[in-house]
Amino acid sequence: MDWSPLWISLATSLSATAITLVLGLIAAVWRENRTGPAMAVADGFLLLPLVLPPTVVGFLLLLVAGRNGPLGRLFEHFGTVVVFSWPATVIAASIVSFPLMYLTARAALEQVDPYLLEAARTLGANEWRVFREVSLPLAWPGVLAGVVLSFARALGEFGATLMVAGDIPGRTETIPIAIYFAVESGEMRRAFLWCGIDLGISLFLLAALYRWTQSRSPWRARWAR
Amino acid sequence: MRRRLRDFELDVVFQAGDEPLAVLGPSGSGKTMLLRAIAGLERPDAGKISLNGRAVYDSSRRLRVPTRERRIGMLFQNFSLFPHKTARENIAFGLPGLSAEERERRIADAAQKVHVSGLESRFPRELSGGEQQRVALARALAIHPEALLLDEALTGLDTHLRNQIEHQLEETFASFGRPVLFVTHNMEEAYRLCRRMIVLVGGRVAASGATEEIFRHPPTVEVARLTGCKNFSRVRVVSETVVEALDWNVTLTVPRISAAPPKFVGIRAHHIRFVEAGGDARAENNVFPCRLARSSETPFRITLFLQTETAGASDSEFQLQAEVFKEKWERFKSIPPPWHVLLSPESLLLFPD
Repeated sequence: MDWSPLWISLATSLSATAITLVLGLIAAVWRENRTGPAMAVADGFLLLPLVLPPTVVGFLLLLVAGRNGPLGRLFEHFGTVVVFSWPATVIAASIVSFPLMYLTARAALEQVDPYLLEAARTLGANEWRVFREVSLPLAWPGVLAGVVLSFARALGEFGATLMVAGDIPGRTETIPIAIYFAVESGEMRRAFLWCGIDLGISLFLLAALYRWTQSRSPWRARWAR
Repeated sequence: MRRRLRDFELDVVFQAGDEPLAVLGPSGSGKTMLLRAIAGLERPDAGKISLNGRAVYDSSRRLRVPTRERRIGMLFQNFSLFPHKTARENIAFGLPGLSAEERERRIADAAQKVHVSGLESRFPRELSGGEQQRVALARALAIHPEALLLDEALTGLDTHLRNQIEHQLEETFASFGRPVLFVTHNMEEAYRLCRRMIVLVGGRVAASGATEEIFRHPPTVEVARLTGCKNFSRVRVVSETVVEALDWNVTLTVPRISAAPPKFVGIRAHHIRFVEAGGDARAENNVFPCRLARSSETPFRITLFLQTETAGASDSEFQLQAEVFKEKWERFKSIPPPWHVLLSPESLLLFPD
């Protein structure tokens, strides 16, 4: 039995979640307190992967990062090819899961009382410290929900990944892709097995999310009392 | 300093010394905006702000010191304590980079100054409203600020707590020794806590100076209203010492008019006196018969809405609003109306606009 799709899926989803966490937070902070038509356009672009079919995302990615695309040429210049390699699965999963992270992080940061940020500034804190010590801890439960959602989305990613990373067993074959090709070639046992594993991971994630929302940090626990 | 607001422009020039200065104004007069501009939380359109001689904003020099470098102790209306930090961590927030001992000393010092020693390990949610306010004050004082700015610090507290915190503020102001700006819409707080004040109306300084003096001789109708005066009337000047109060339908003797001719007259509700109608009371100056339109009681006082006998049918329901202690009212109410009220010339306030 070849377990590689499990490890590839987990490695891809974890890497993609880490990337979206950082980029999503940066985008959410950058977007905060900005308004105007330019921001509406920016939002449109940031949220596009959520509404576009993943195959379209994958196709566009292929155009940009493929051998003849602008990014692809840049990569080639440095002697690497991204498409149809493991990093391509990470890129695809990051792009499709980004909007979920961005939206939840933004909503969570917007919930933070702006007077607290102002109070921190009057006490001499610079913007980084305001974010690290006030915004982020207070928005953390919401951000955590975004992490779980992004991870789940990255784990289930199929269309875009197949377009840019293909199905190379042991390198780019994630669980959803393994299931697809197992069914296609009539290996129903293999398909069932991977479906079962996926189900297990999903249930574990839901349980973890439930526990996180139930457990409270000390100040929340005392607050509830 | 100037700053455009939605409906008007905040345009103020003033100086605060080491004595606490009250900033009194109705809601929407720009007083909160003023504090925020001083703290650097809002950017004025033009002008200058300096803190103890150090310029922090100057539009002509394109200078704008960020909030974090201004060292302003600010007290927000809703306390704004960090809910995820203990009282101690809240107070320590403004003290990074200090040596451990120095930080300890400052925390202990600030906590003791506002009487919250012993509560340091509690989270804001575990503190009462008054304790939260005290911790917020300690947090602001711990950074040894250049100035203390308080935005409606007593609004929203219940009466008992308000008295407690007011007492605390009095103590703090007395020992602080640097500028304090106490923003409020409550004239009594302003009067009790600050010997000097400015009154903001529509974004402009309508009065400034000694608090007591402003209460005694408010320069404009708006200021008089803000300092609690209830009765106003348009006037027509008849002679140097006589005016006709058009809205009250009476002719009044007033102290000699020396400055610009007044357009309005006012009298505080508690300055209206009831006089015995017997004898030649009617002949006396500024005594007028009137009837009760309605009244409104508080535990110890009663407010009487009075209609002057000379009022026409088209006039409003009442012309004068008087406030008396209930004991006094008990004596008068048995006498059949009309009652006679005295608007003594010394109590009349005259306004040029």
